[in-house]
Amino acid sequence: MSIEVALNILTIVAVSGGAFFFLAGTVGLLRFPDTLTRLHALTKADNVGLGLIMIGLLPRVAWPFDALKLIVVWVLVLVASAVSSQLIGRKLWRGGDGS
Amino acid sequence: MTIGVGFSVALGLLILAVAVFTIGTRDSFAAVVAFVVYGLLLSLGWMNLYCPDVALTEAAVGGGVTGALLLNACARVRSEKTSDFKKSPRWIGRGMAGLLCLALSSGLVAVVILLPNPAPTLAPEATRSLSATGLGNPVTAVLMAYRALDTMLEKVVLLLALVGVWSLASDRFWGGRATFGHLPEPDRPLIFLTRVLAPVGIIAGIYLFWVGADAPGGAFAGGAILSAIWILVFFAGLSVVPAVGSLGLRIVLSIGIIFFLAAGVAGISMAAGFLAYPEGFAKPIIVVIEVAMTLSIGATLGLLVAGPPGQSLKP
Repeated sequence: MSIEVALNILTIVAVSGGAFFFLAGTVGLLRFPDTLTRLHALTKADNVGLGLIMIGLLPRVAWPFDALKLIVVWVLVLVASAVSSQLIGRKLWRGGDGS
Repeated sequence: MTIGVGFSVALGLLILAVAVFTIGTRDSFAAVVAFVVYGLLLSLGWMNLYCPDVALTEAAVGGGVTGALLLNACARVRSEKTSDFKKSPRWIGRGMAGLLCLALSSGLVAVVILLPNPAPTLAPEATRSLSATGLGNPVTAVLMAYRALDTMLEKVVLLLALVGVWSLASDRFWGGRATFGHLPEPDRPLIFLTRVLAPVGIIAGIYLFWVGADAPGGAFAGGAILSAIWILVFFAGLSVVPAVGSLGLRIVLSIGIIFFLAAGVAGISMAAGFLAYPEGFAKPIIVVIEVAMTLSIGATLGLLVAGPPGQSLKP
């Protein structure tokens, strides 16, 4: 099996896996009963989903700058979503409306 | 039907659905969130039409800055008594509004459908004179050289908008600091995020401005990112909003227009006329104006979100 085929398989598997996590996260967002569980569904699923899609796309882009851009985008989304869910969670903890 | 067409149709329908929700929802907060989503989807749509310049501006202005302004307005309106606000208009008013919207929409649809095929375009001419400006991106050439007067007046409008916001301040706060309505005590994760994001954002803003000469980007997108970082720094309590009366602030706010005007007036004696650039010096002049404009736009957008001064300097 040539390296080309292996990279193609990596892309297909990783991007499909990422899409599955996004789907699962969206289902969780729509189905879960309260804000904290919905946050849980969103952050876990989207972070892993986006990460998998990034990994799948890495062999497709020019090394090093485009690949580094992809990785930076992922890291920034990780930080931003972690912080924003913390902020929402804290607001709830201090007695917001949790329904 | 190919995947590309299917994606375009689905995206178009999604944009329409979000637009309908934005208008239809009763909850102002939900409407603002939907509006931001609408802006981001619209910028995806522009990407789909191979217009990265428009997409960037839509994401930065339609999704980002306008979203922040509306969220702020939403919080202010909510904190006040809004009994009058909730009264729905009578059916005559609704009918009139509906008719006007219908007329406007059908007019727009007619214009698009009745366009001659191929549509009239100035794109070949814009690219033909590109080498004279020294720029690589025809969109920037249009903004900064061919239609520089429009761009300059746009900046004047932006500044006038800020003056309008400031004029809402009560007399005792005049010369003081803007307060963003009412900022809560910053959370630690927010402070952490700001510390991580600020250097990245400043580099991204400068990069976007710089790359605008040859690729999608430019002063407005760069300035919008800088203003977002600035606002984040205020929210995290890492810095205070400069006082409205401060001379330094006023210089930063107007430096874009000042440089633009100076280059324009210099063009009368050194080149073909007002806002004409001397041959061979177009690019350096444009870059200098854009540096000043990026600063001014960043500061103006940030202060627009900060709102009118509500805290005097002397307690």
